[in-house]
Amino acid sequence: MDVYSGYIPHPTPETLPYFQGLKNHKLMLQKCLNCDVTYFYPRPICPACGSRDTHWYVASGKGTLYSYVISHRDTPGYQAPYVIAVVELEEGPRMMSNLIDIAPSPDHITCDMPLEIYFDDVTDTTTLPRFKPFRGDSQHDS
Amino acid sequence: MTPKELRGKVAIVGASESDVIGFRPDVSDLGLHAEAASNALRESGLTKDDVDGLFTAGISSAQLGEYLGINPRYSDGTSVGGCSFILHVEHAMLALASGVINVALITHGESGKSRISNIPSQSESSPQAQFEKPFGTIGPPTQFSLPATRHMHKYGTTREQMAEVSVATRKWASMTPNAMMKDEISITDVLNSRPICWPFSLLMCCLVTDAGGAIVMTRADMAKSLQKPPVYILGTGEATEHNMVSMMQDMTSSKAARISGRAAFDMSGISHTDIDVAQLYDAFAFTPMLALEDLGFVGKGESGAFVSGQRTAPEGDFPMNTNGGGLSFTHPGMYGIFTLIELTRQLRGEAGDRQVPQANVGIAHGPGGMFSAAGTLIAGNESTLT
Repeated sequence: MDVYSGYIPHPTPETLPYFQGLKNHKLMLQKCLNCDVTYFYPRPICPACGSRDTHWYVASGKGTLYSYVISHRDTPGYQAPYVIAVVELEEGPRMMSNLIDIAPSPDHITCDMPLEIYFDDVTDTTTLPRFKPFRGDSQHDS
Repeated sequence: MTPKELRGKVAIVGASESDVIGFRPDVSDLGLHAEAASNALRESGLTKDDVDGLFTAGISSAQLGEYLGINPRYSDGTSVGGCSFILHVEHAMLALASGVINVALITHGESGKSRISNIPSQSESSPQAQFEKPFGTIGPPTQFSLPATRHMHKYGTTREQMAEVSVATRKWASMTPNAMMKDEISITDVLNSRPICWPFSLLMCCLVTDAGGAIVMTRADMAKSLQKPPVYILGTGEATEHNMVSMMQDMTSSKAARISGRAAFDMSGISHTDIDVAQLYDAFAFTPMLALEDLGFVGKGESGAFVSGQRTAPEGDFPMNTNGGGLSFTHPGMYGIFTLIELTRQLRGEAGDRQVPQANVGIAHGPGGMFSAAGTLIAGNESTLT
């Protein structure tokens, strides 16, 4: 495996379960037990209602493309053109990611298209969440 | 006291850039702060020893005070991105009106091109570094562009309409003596310029320069005795929404802009049709289009049609970014201070070839960060006080 040259996130204690989940190929999200809102990014106090009564759960890994851009400049870990995406998760919150397995062109990509997560093991210790077009459960190759 | 009672109580009495606003390999960002401060104070007829309120963003106000030789009785380092200085105008207004201070100095300096910097870099464990940077974001072009794509999807806004803003803004720059980029450009030039981050091409992106800017403010009574015609603060507003663009609640509308605009218009009693000149921070050609909608000059989704046909150019009926903006005048890093400087010059009638006729009241507005925050100022000359 080539050494990954991209930026590696540095978790803080309150975000560690999220990154450990990715490592185990699970998208872990937090849900507030008081107001029932699932939120992102991880933090110990619900940003919707202020409750501390929150818990982690495994999310579906499915969502839709809220918005995207196509960067035309190489940066470590990324060869241009590549797609930066904001994904609206099935559970509600949005997160930034990359869109992969699709030609990086507005001719092929459209907002609101269905997506599913791909767990990218970029190093032995870090997994990043990318997203690819959802092509139906029957063709799902896991 | 209500905000409306503060209308016209405080004024801008000095406004200037650093000596040069383009390429300055011979001076650090702090030096650019100092040059701009020196120029703005000289213009006002005040000295650094008159300053008792110091406002800046991105660096400690104590560091700035040390460098300038100023010991402020009151200081504020609110730093929410490029609009921070517009927020400082509101903070300075409150400190001046309450009598806590008598002379406020707001400064910006950034060695954006030469990178001779005294500013510490961001933490490796910030939320942005954990949840955006790993996905290949490399600065504002890869983040500010996300709302544009969503706006295009929802409202049919086009890259051609964004290019209209670039072309119109360049026309204004051609009449501004110290503007960086003055050569005429066409819509086709903009669309065919080098792709940076789709949907933005090079000529839809702001410049990267070395520059500083500064503003001096006093209460209206003192302002009348100074050298320059006072530019009165009629309305101010500010807000923050998110920090990371991926956390923006609705990428087709900035909540911070809506809140800040409403507050400024409410305080001023000014209606949109009274605005003679607009300085709307153009980090990218799309940025002022969203501001036109969120400030209420046009309805949601209507900015693309509004800017078409060179509406915001010198020959159009909505003079916008009359110095050439961040797209063509200068953009060291936090352009908001330059919206204030140009608004001041237009309202004083000092804008030379680019002077907007009968410019009595105007607006300066900008986003900070990635549409994360916003500041709005409505200001007017003597004729607007009655």
